[in-house]
Amino acid sequence: MTGLEDAALLAVVAIGSAFGATALAQARWPRRSPAAAILLWQALGLASGLAAVGTLFGLALPDSTIGLVRSVLHVGTMFRAGGLFRVRDGFGAVGAMPIIVVGMRLACLAAGLILLALLCWVLVAASAAALAARRRQRVLLTLLAHGDPKVPGALVVDYPTAAAYCLPGLRSQIVVSVGTLELLGRGELAALLAHERAHLRERHDLVLLPFTALRRAFPKSGTCTDAYGAVALLVEMLADDRALRARPARELVSALVRFGTATPCPAPPGALAAGQGDVAARVTRLLQPVRPLPTAVVVAICLAAALLVTVPITVLFV
Amino acid sequence: MDVLWATDTSLTVREVSARLTQRNLAHTTVMTVLDRLAKKGFARRERDGRAWRYRPAATRETYVTELMLTALEQTGDRTAALTRFAQSVSGPEADVLRDALEVIEGSGEKDDGT
Repeated sequence: MTGLEDAALLAVVAIGSAFGATALAQARWPRRSPAAAILLWQALGLASGLAAVGTLFGLALPDSTIGLVRSVLHVGTMFRAGGLFRVRDGFGAVGAMPIIVVGMRLACLAAGLILLALLCWVLVAASAAALAARRRQRVLLTLLAHGDPKVPGALVVDYPTAAAYCLPGLRSQIVVSVGTLELLGRGELAALLAHERAHLRERHDLVLLPFTALRRAFPKSGTCTDAYGAVALLVEMLADDRALRARPARELVSALVRFGTATPCPAPPGALAAGQGDVAARVTRLLQPVRPLPTAVVVAICLAAALLVTVPITVLFV
Repeated sequence: MDVLWATDTSLTVREVSARLTQRNLAHTTVMTVLDRLAKKGFARRERDGRAWRYRPAATRETYVTELMLTALEQTGDRTAALTRFAQSVSGPEADVLRDALEVIEGSGEKDDGT
């Protein structure tokens, strides 16, 4: 396929992924099988990024018949051979390409390279920022936190408000405030710990990382913000499901409700407005469990996700 | 650090060692730890003759607050470094939660009755 046909196909993939993301964010079925939905989200994110870059490359080199990435790498050679600025007209004669066409193609090439660099950069930057923040937390915990028999394996900090979180990573940690120990009963604390341990065991932070990076790259984009919010909620629901394997649903629901209705903190400036309604959604889902999606549907979703990613990868590299 | 936070004045390594009654730590260990705390910015030190005198760089509460504000994502930072269990809610969402609590507490009582 020529570069132009590649660009058209990838444009469809990119725009389709954007619409797909909006649809998925509003759909109800993800709550029935959060793991499958998360996989689909990952595929949408990866496919839209690759497709956007590929569309720009295809527009820059519409006549190329080899893989888009190889074409871009050979731009230097083509430039020296003069191939970029010549075009064959209908009669087979070679003439100079109009300067405006050359300008537009170079602009597309530059835009594609900049977008690729931006996506790689925000991924690296988001990882580095998260690692640095966690390192600081761990240092402070070494100084300030202590253990408590009520929460085996977790650290306790002397803070009166209810707070509980986990620090993912190689030296992962669950942290609970003194206020939480006073607020929740034994069973509720056990359910909370089971939920946090699921986050750590399954490395949900890595699942969220691409969406954190996308939010960094396009902070004004509603789609990126919604995508992050949707995946964050699904990750919580997944951890809730894992916790249910260890403790009865009543304990987890009770823990969530007491946490949610404890004294609220004032919202900080620039706080994420999304996330409202998340706790209620989780509680409702736990109290009235929905049937998981049939296995055949889950398999179909996984295949669709794989296909969605394969298309831009094939067009770019093959 | 607990020893440093416990006093108002600055302390020498020897004085800190003396107050660490619960653990038998070598003098050099205490010196190394204090040195590292100073380098990391948690302790400040000034020379007093041949010895250093140490004091904390900030109160314990300052650090606890920093720890918890980051944990509660109150700093406006969006690194998503950690995952919270649940956030506090208000308004109609809180009502949904309280209704849910009544439901489960009601069924709990039924269980106890049988």
